[in-house]
Amino acid sequence: MNDPHLLSLTVNGAEHEVVVEPRRTLADVLRHDLRLTGTHVGCEHGVCGACTVLVDGAPTRACLVFAVQAEGADVRTVESLARDGELSDLQRAFGDHHALQCGFCTPGFLMLAEGVLAEQPDASREDIREALSANLCRCTGYQTIVDAVHATACSRRETERSGARPVDWESCS
Amino acid sequence: MTDLTTTDRPDQTAPHEAADPDRPVHPLSAGHEHRPDEPRFDGRRGRWVGASVPRREDPRLLTGRGRFVDDIALPGMLHAGFVRATVAHAHVTDVDLSATREVPGVVAAFDGADLALGDIVAILDRPPEEFTPTAMPVLAKGKVRFVGEPIALVVASDPYAVEDGIEAARVSYDVLDAVVSSASALAPGAAVVHEEAPDNVLLDVSMFDTPGVDEAFAEAAGDDAERSSTRRGCVVEVTTRSGRQNALPLETRGAVASWDARDDQLLVQTCTQVPHQVRTVLARSLGIPERTVRVTVPDMGGGFGQKCVVGREEIAVAAAARRLDRPVKWIEDRREALTAGFLAREQEYRTRAAFDADGHITALDVDVVCDMGAYSCYPFTAGIEPLMASAEMPSVYRVPAYRVRGRAITSTKAPTAPYRGVSRPQYVMAIERVMEKAARALGMDPVEVRRRNVITAFPYTGINGVTYDPGTYRESLDLAEATIREEGWFEARERGDRHLGIGFCCFSERTGYGSEAFAKRKMTVVPGFDISEIRMDTTGSVVVTSGTMNHGQSHETTFAQIVADRLGLDPEQVKLRQGDTERISYGWGTFASRSVTIGGSAVALASERLGELLCRIAAHLLETRPENVALDGDGGVVQLDDPSRTRSGAEPDPSPKRLSFADIADVAHLRAHLLPKDVDPTLTATASFDVPGDGTFSNATHAAVVEADPGTGQVRILRYVCVEDCGVVIHPQVVDGQCRGGIAQGIAGALFEEVTYDDQGEPSAASFIDYLVPTATEIPDVSIAHLETPCAFTANGAKGAGEGGTIGAPAAVLNAVNDALRHTGVELDTTPIHPGTVLDALEGTS
Repeated sequence: MNDPHLLSLTVNGAEHEVVVEPRRTLADVLRHDLRLTGTHVGCEHGVCGACTVLVDGAPTRACLVFAVQAEGADVRTVESLARDGELSDLQRAFGDHHALQCGFCTPGFLMLAEGVLAEQPDASREDIREALSANLCRCTGYQTIVDAVHATACSRRETERSGARPVDWESCS
Repeated sequence: MTDLTTTDRPDQTAPHEAADPDRPVHPLSAGHEHRPDEPRFDGRRGRWVGASVPRREDPRLLTGRGRFVDDIALPGMLHAGFVRATVAHAHVTDVDLSATREVPGVVAAFDGADLALGDIVAILDRPPEEFTPTAMPVLAKGKVRFVGEPIALVVASDPYAVEDGIEAARVSYDVLDAVVSSASALAPGAAVVHEEAPDNVLLDVSMFDTPGVDEAFAEAAGDDAERSSTRRGCVVEVTTRSGRQNALPLETRGAVASWDARDDQLLVQTCTQVPHQVRTVLARSLGIPERTVRVTVPDMGGGFGQKCVVGREEIAVAAAARRLDRPVKWIEDRREALTAGFLAREQEYRTRAAFDADGHITALDVDVVCDMGAYSCYPFTAGIEPLMASAEMPSVYRVPAYRVRGRAITSTKAPTAPYRGVSRPQYVMAIERVMEKAARALGMDPVEVRRRNVITAFPYTGINGVTYDPGTYRESLDLAEATIREEGWFEARERGDRHLGIGFCCFSERTGYGSEAFAKRKMTVVPGFDISEIRMDTTGSVVVTSGTMNHGQSHETTFAQIVADRLGLDPEQVKLRQGDTERISYGWGTFASRSVTIGGSAVALASERLGELLCRIAAHLLETRPENVALDGDGGVVQLDDPSRTRSGAEPDPSPKRLSFADIADVAHLRAHLLPKDVDPTLTATASFDVPGDGTFSNATHAAVVEADPGTGQVRILRYVCVEDCGVVIHPQVVDGQCRGGIAQGIAGALFEEVTYDDQGEPSAASFIDYLVPTATEIPDVSIAHLETPCAFTANGAKGAGEGGTIGAPAAVLNAVNDALRHTGVELDTTPIHPGTVLDALEGTS
């Protein structure tokens, strides 16, 4: 049962091969084998969402996924968001709105929000609140996290205004 | 006055005013010294204090570059976990680790006898009839007292093998009766948790019993027929209860311990709010000199009080690292955190209060029972909760006669630590229920009853002997009520078509307990002071230390703002270092909203002393008198009579008589022969600060509007308003964040979270499936208004802001729910409020 497997996966654009026991979680592979410690583990039973990463674009609890299930997957973690030392729009919005205090849940919320914004680009503030209820934060009372994600949604919509995709302006009010 | 409708502060990321080289001299003049009795805060406002500058912590935390305990990996590191009790109360007859030691990957396994560590003991200097000391062993010794108590430590090559090793351990028990409630603990013939306390009472104090208590009750009840013939007052009685809660930092507890042979030191990297206290207890438990222990704290994922006491696990892990001479890591898992971490809050208040016919409270008589669980925590002891409640129960009201009995009982449940608020959410809930009940009995408006009783003249010395410094008790109440009224909520409630309720809670919170205030509790380990050292390097940039310990409160930002203003620097030139016992001789960490009041004052005073030193050296180098120079507020020292500074001067001096900090620092370090003869080389200054007397009180009023769902009994919060006064606000966005986060935790206690046990003491909320932590859809947006009464005796005029939100929310929500149920005849006095209870009340009316 504990025979090691050779696992291949892509993380933040880089290909990795890791030898893992079948019981090893994706969270442990990311954190301890690849040393991408930005992804945090808060409950190990899939409720708190601190370990949320994008697996093939979808927000996923890395604590509930065995690493071997991610064979061939494209994984994105919080370490992928800033480019060349510049914070992303979402990261900046978190700072501007004081959407983090201790910062432990923050990587999970950032990756959840990236998934939500990709899936629902026209999300209203209430849609965002609903979607963010997937994760737990103990410091902020959530209001500023909702504000930060909503502000990012609105600014991304504004950026896309000149594009072909129709934008639901109602949801920004 | 702050506009409650707007809480966004987009323009506050800029400092108050742009830097101006011609700006008048910084008001900090060289040579100023505080007299001991002089009020510290002189009303000065700087450029940075009061501005919501970008947080210094954010860039690393947003990019995944924070470093939390579990992110640390050392060469050759082993992993540890605990064999824990599976029964609540038992004699341990055998611990068999032989199979564990055979498990592949397991390196070692130790029980209590193997490690032979000293117990953790916290003591109050009180007579035996008031306080019974008990010991908390690092690993259980012969007896276990709660499910989850650590019995043995398993060390293995990876965390998965640790779990295998724990599973292979065999513990035999001679099971005893569990003690799962304060009622059963106090019942005759109850099982005895600690032999030293045969009645299961660890603290029993009766305090105050001021003259006139019984007379006031007799009069209010109308026993005195002559005086009560026409206008009768009332006696109200209420028993309030709050469920057991977990402070629930999202980062669980953990430690990485390693032995450094070169430093002759055990390095313990752990997430604690009190690194020096961990070092002290660890050294004593291991029986080694304290200098051979270094405790450092990396980024910490919350604490809320759970991490302000010394845990047993970090000591066991450190002992194992010493024994094995290998680094050892322990990370608590969530099940352990929910069942075996330090818990909080389970308290019961039987409160009687007498009122006269005009709604003035005339007497208060309270019996407080706190279920502290299996052990007394270090350094506070099991007495902390009942002592806090007993000393401060009169709250914000003028109570003329007062009697209280406070008890801490022990039970076979996980021990408790002082969680954010510490008894105040509970005693405030009790007295706020009293105000509501008196209003109903007297046919008065509940806000008006509060208004007639609230303290309005300061300083006010209460019946409890505590002196309250100035605050805005009445003003906060008025503004909160006016806001709710102007928004039309009272009218909406009167329409009666929905189950709407409005609830208020007016309270104050003693923040920044100094040594004097803690000594009154009769603790033998007395927290209070804090110290700070500031160093300027050769480039004019500074590092400042503090014994306080950030775990989300933004100290790196706010303390940098304080230093920047005192010295005339940019906050970016200031780096705060905390959480390293090697960098500061002693500190008391962060709890009791003490960081900005005490730590922030020490940092400010150290900065002033460094400023004085800079001025002294500059005066010498400029060849002028010391009183003829001053900090210029822009990273330098100027000569005051420098003609180039005179705007009307004919020709500006081509070389203004000013030295930058870098100029002075260059001399102080690299050309020390140029220093004045009586000045030592380098640029360092230290200062300590302790809050005098009874400390300083923040205050607030919370108002909640709720709707009870007639179909499900669920309570939805439609509107939440907080009017708070924490003195001078260092960083508005951070204070708002503390309020909102605290309120969320208070709402969690009011409506959702409870640590429950079955009759055998088995925890029944061991995961997030059963322990209901509210999410973004349960916590409402909160509007915050700030009133500002500067504290006269902290260096920055600030009062603590960390706990208030948590204190006010349970009472505000509970009062609002009772208001929504007012037509049912049902009154609820227990939190969390279960939807089923609300539904029963609503259906009773149909």
